[in-house]
Amino acid sequence: MAAQPDVAAVTAAADTEWLRRRGPGWLVVAGKELSETLTSLRFAVLLAILGLAALAPVYATSGAIRDAAEQASGAAALFLALFTLGADPVPSFVGLVGFVAPLLGIAFGFDAINGERAQGTLARLLSHPIHRDDLINGKFVAGLAAIAVAVVSMAMLVAGLGIVRLGIVPSVGEVARMIAWVVVTILYIGLWLAIAMLCSVLSRRAATSALIAIGLWLALSLFGVLLAQLIAGFLDPMTGSVGTEAALRHAQLQQQLSIVNPGTVYAQATLALLNPGATAVVVPGLAEAIQLSQQIPTQLSLQQSLLIVWPQVVGLLAAMVLCFVASYIVFLRQEVRA
Amino acid sequence: MASESTRPPDAGAPALVETAGLTKRYGDLVAVDHLDLTVRAGEVYGLLGPNGAGKTTTILMLLGLTEPTEGTARVLGLDPARRALDVKRHVGYLPDAVGFYGRLTGRENLRYTAALNGLPGDASEALIVEALDHVGLADAADRPTGGYSRGMLQRLGIADALLKDPAILILDEPTTSIDPAGVAELLALIRQLVAERGVGVLLSSHLLAQVERLCDRVGIFWRGRLLAEGTVAEVAAQAGEPGIDLDEAYGRIVRRASAEETTDGRAA
Repeated sequence: MAAQPDVAAVTAAADTEWLRRRGPGWLVVAGKELSETLTSLRFAVLLAILGLAALAPVYATSGAIRDAAEQASGAAALFLALFTLGADPVPSFVGLVGFVAPLLGIAFGFDAINGERAQGTLARLLSHPIHRDDLINGKFVAGLAAIAVAVVSMAMLVAGLGIVRLGIVPSVGEVARMIAWVVVTILYIGLWLAIAMLCSVLSRRAATSALIAIGLWLALSLFGVLLAQLIAGFLDPMTGSVGTEAALRHAQLQQQLSIVNPGTVYAQATLALLNPGATAVVVPGLAEAIQLSQQIPTQLSLQQSLLIVWPQVVGLLAAMVLCFVASYIVFLRQEVRA
Repeated sequence: MASESTRPPDAGAPALVETAGLTKRYGDLVAVDHLDLTVRAGEVYGLLGPNGAGKTTTILMLLGLTEPTEGTARVLGLDPARRALDVKRHVGYLPDAVGFYGRLTGRENLRYTAALNGLPGDASEALIVEALDHVGLADAADRPTGGYSRGMLQRLGIADALLKDPAILILDEPTTSIDPAGVAELLALIRQLVAERGVGVLLSSHLLAQVERLCDRVGIFWRGRLLAEGTVAEVAAQAGEPGIDLDEAYGRIVRRASAEETTDGRAA
């Protein structure tokens, strides 16, 4: 150690030994980020909020279903009804969880990059032998993993409570549908993680990026539908009495407008995945509407349900990737120093 | 003015850092203007100049964290823009206002560094203890760094840079915002590192008096240009009056350069 460093030896350095030992840089970053997240107060608080949002409706609904056990026994996919039905005044499980879930993504992403800057760790971290994108990739992967841990444990908790309260065990098909729902939920929260990370790259202050992400979340969940109605009314004003066709056209326009709201897309996907009876999730045209009204109520297989919501699932995935790529590009073009 | 560093720079020692015509422009602003710089093994080189002179930009180019607009940089004979990972594996860097993860202890922070550098798991614990001992943080090792003082963070930053057993240390404003006693300790530590490990040190500072006695060679850096270079005595001679101290020499050199710039401006 005391010897003069031999520059030639270092330079010629076929020393890739350390690199082989370490593995990819993003994996090291992700490991550290995940272990720090899972032990953080932030994670505990979010888990508690998510747990409450999940348990309260399931508890209320299971009570309602038990009270109606006479009529309910033998009904198809009864176990899943636990998640999709609400019991006044408590909203349904999927509704409440869908509303709260984005918070999880926002909380893990809003200070991902600007937090490192403010702490003075960014320049130090990048002076170690990792690529710059290792940092943002590792953080995104760790965020997704933390989200997966939260969603899976919440789903298992709720399913367990459902089994105890209802006294029925979900069928294989129902379990498969729940797994599909968990995957789509992770995608949806991942989209919010990517949005929050984009904010953390664009804004130098963590408080600002948190405010932007939370503002976007509230605006879309509280006023999203209202906004779609307003814009649809502006584009296609309906005055006086209108025929069925015009009304349907108006509803379709409203729906087309609201697909920019990821919450709507997620709600559509959820509807079909947890409800085997749902044969359409978007407002149909007149011809399809007549067909649907004459349709015999039927139970779809999971595969058929997936086919219906495939556009929604792919849309969520694409939006998530798009947001992440945007933050990736902006981060790589930024200067390391403030 | 008495210099401890009577040891003349060894011109035969291998060059750790070598730049030629290194230039960085941000739009119209020239942050670094055709810089030729050489730092050799076993020497402490002080890049001295006011805030905004382009010191940090130069350092970031040496680490491959920002790309030069023009010119070349070689660190350990490698181009940092192309082989950033190999360069960063052997260069220890203490950034300006270094920070650590406040919830983690000093030891945990260094564990992350060890993992990033691919240090073997069994040996890294011993290396961490050694590095913490070296900078005098053994007692604070298991306290969260959120409670560290600025001087302790600075020393942990040096431990962080030492962990990879670097061939060269780059210290950006190492003495800023720590108290005078802390500065003396830090400078003694850097001296000791050079003596024991034979590393080369490139440090930047705007506090000339503090680092004057530490540096074997200094470069006066002003508005992206290197105005004078050499031992403190040589720089004083270039200022026109051998025997003056560095602060005085610096003042004269900068005044002369800015006067030249003004006359150039008038002529044009």
